[in-house]
Amino acid sequence: MIYDLVVVRLGEVTIKGRNRSRFEGMMLARIRQALAAVEGLEYERTYGRIYIRLNGVRFEEVEEPLKDVFGIHSFSPAVRSGHDLEEVRAAALTLMNGLEPVPQTFKVTVRRAWKGYPHDSQEMNHLVGAHVLRNTPALKVDVHHPDAELKVDIQQEGVYLSCAVVPGAGGFPLGMNGKAMLLLSGGIDSPVAGWMAMRKGLEIEAVHFHSYPFTSQQATDKVITLTQRLAHYGGRIKLHLVPFTELQTRMVQSGHEHLIITLMRRTMLRIAQRLAERSGALAIVTGDSLGQVASQTLGSMNVIGRTIELPLLRPLVMMDKREIIRISERIGTYETSILPFEDCCTLFVPKSPATNPNLRIVEKVEAGIGAELEKLIEEAVQGTETMILTTEGRADRAAAAAASAEPSDEDRWF
Amino acid sequence: MKTLYFDHCASTPPYEQVVRTVGELMNLHYANSGAIHRAGAEAMKLVERAHASVAAACGAKPEEVVFTSGGTESNNLAIKGTILASSRRGTKHMITTSIEHSSVHGVAKQLERMGVEVTFVRPDASGRVSAEDIAAALRPETVLVSVMHVNNETGAIQPIREIGRLLSVYPQTRFHVDGVQAVGKLELDWASSGVDLYSASSHKFRGPKGAGFLLVREGVRLEPLLAGGGQEDGVRSGTHNVPGIVGTAQALRLATETREERAAKMHGLRRMLIGLLQDMPELVLNAAGDESVSAPHVVNVSYPGMRPEVLVHMLEKHGILVSTQSACSSKSLKPSRVLLAMGLDEARASGSIRISFGDEHTEEDIRLLAERLRLAISKLKPLERS
Repeated sequence: MIYDLVVVRLGEVTIKGRNRSRFEGMMLARIRQALAAVEGLEYERTYGRIYIRLNGVRFEEVEEPLKDVFGIHSFSPAVRSGHDLEEVRAAALTLMNGLEPVPQTFKVTVRRAWKGYPHDSQEMNHLVGAHVLRNTPALKVDVHHPDAELKVDIQQEGVYLSCAVVPGAGGFPLGMNGKAMLLLSGGIDSPVAGWMAMRKGLEIEAVHFHSYPFTSQQATDKVITLTQRLAHYGGRIKLHLVPFTELQTRMVQSGHEHLIITLMRRTMLRIAQRLAERSGALAIVTGDSLGQVASQTLGSMNVIGRTIELPLLRPLVMMDKREIIRISERIGTYETSILPFEDCCTLFVPKSPATNPNLRIVEKVEAGIGAELEKLIEEAVQGTETMILTTEGRADRAAAAAASAEPSDEDRWF
Repeated sequence: MKTLYFDHCASTPPYEQVVRTVGELMNLHYANSGAIHRAGAEAMKLVERAHASVAAACGAKPEEVVFTSGGTESNNLAIKGTILASSRRGTKHMITTSIEHSSVHGVAKQLERMGVEVTFVRPDASGRVSAEDIAAALRPETVLVSVMHVNNETGAIQPIREIGRLLSVYPQTRFHVDGVQAVGKLELDWASSGVDLYSASSHKFRGPKGAGFLLVREGVRLEPLLAGGGQEDGVRSGTHNVPGIVGTAQALRLATETREERAAKMHGLRRMLIGLLQDMPELVLNAAGDESVSAPHVVNVSYPGMRPEVLVHMLEKHGILVSTQSACSSKSLKPSRVLLAMGLDEARASGSIRISFGDEHTEEDIRLLAERLRLAISKLKPLERS
């Protein structure tokens, strides 16, 4: 089946009154970005929709990339016809005949968005349906559970006919709802939290804490790979690598073994908040899921969360592990997440970490470390290395490498 | 006198770039890719990039690539690994052809001695097996079908796509293809081929020796033949041969990128050679089909009544290097198993030589080859035995 265009229905953005035009503009930019590799497409913006003219490109080529674009409610491959009734009928028939598997039953749904059209939707429904029935003897009408629903959408500029509806990713166009920092550990949960935040229109910058030599370079590489995967959904993502060794070893020596995780998580949030201020981000996103580990009990969340002022967003808080894993498989982070490199939270895990830490004691321990804590936090922030990642790798390095004509050893070997 | 190497089916001269790459890697990346220190991690990264690179060249996924020591190992791993991993109780049955390379044929014979039932499907006179004959040999207990892509003695292309389509309705039966002679010469559409396992050997496409790979379709389980450190997802233990692996990836990329123009050029040389050989009445062409059924780089010809090694040595004296049968079986004086299976008589099957060429050859080289061949024949003619 050769389709003329793809009708993209925008999701939640359509509910936002006055800013609508800006949102549609953003959506168009995101869709163009996602389909940049496909040549020959043309785009058209109308109220709540975007039309992608295929110009001979196969629908299958745009289908997969479109599924990953946030802010799309659904999309359909469609044929376009003029307003002339016979033309609409002929297009309907071609479309129905091109369906695979061949449907046994169908129904027609007409939407007359352009009220100037001479036939109303009831009439049109009959006029188109009868024509298809007459010319397709094996086909029957079933208005309740049809195998195929032929949608006829009458707009002022033409009539769009489509059968298949592909659900989109939903959400908001990326960046529409501002920016947040994502704590990215390398496990299964945090990339999923990042994806969910991005789907809600948040631009994210990832923050990862490493404790070389207690963690390995591979653990950091793993986080880079995960960020690259997330960049598939967001074009490019900043990753901040925070040196955490000094802070971690200092806390391990604080003498409160069961509070180590609590202290570390609080410190991480504080560092993330500093980085957020620097980047203009207005929230911190974490992969916490209620009750999953000691630091994610309600008691721990209370004590840990109090350390910062920015809103702490926990997209996974009420989700089961199974659901989280399912999403991580779908978004392509699972395989990387399960690689066996330890992050800095899994090292020095006490035998019995506090599940209900006492805020006052925690604050006292922190006070005991005193000015040194502040100094170490500041050093960690200063020592943070930032890289910009795309699905291809390091965008900042790539630019530098492109500038120097010498190919790297590695590229020469492949 | 310029020596002309016409034995590309046996081995190819490596790309200069690949020689440099392998050398540099031996110098720089000698660390064990399994080590957790930086040098080890760097070596591992190269291995991973090689996975991605080979996968891209074949249209496969990186995790579907298993690096091995070459064609023989890939074939052994694919066949034995499948038979051993099969959970079938009772009789296991395997179908292969009577024209496979010895690293498949020998494995089939070995398995037969171990109780696996094997059907050897015979080719027609053109050296091709038919998908129908494979279908006819299928049984409920058939665990594996193994058919080569291109025959190494005759260059005959086997109907892999048809067999793949045929087997797609038998999910319990795995399909292995020995692609050693095809890689870099024929297109492999891995994604839609219906093939579960595909063997390749680097030195046949101008890569290093001692390296190769097996493509293993996602979800296909193999029992490893080598137990050990669990490299290559546990399927193939043994310290990664980093120079060989990266050299493989590079050679494959070079061969794949230029495949079409190279194949067209080799087909041209092949046509020319066949034309020249037809003027030599002493020689008979074997399985010289048209371009849709013959690989571009092989011509097989018999001198009935002449022991082929005599012709090989005579040609060598004139600076032409060719093989009798396949290099692996050329030391035996037995007639070619492949040609006998095609139904050729003993005189023709015992007197065959294989001329195989590659990128470095020109029309001038083919002319020289024909000239010297004519000279050799004229010297040997008085010695013919009928």
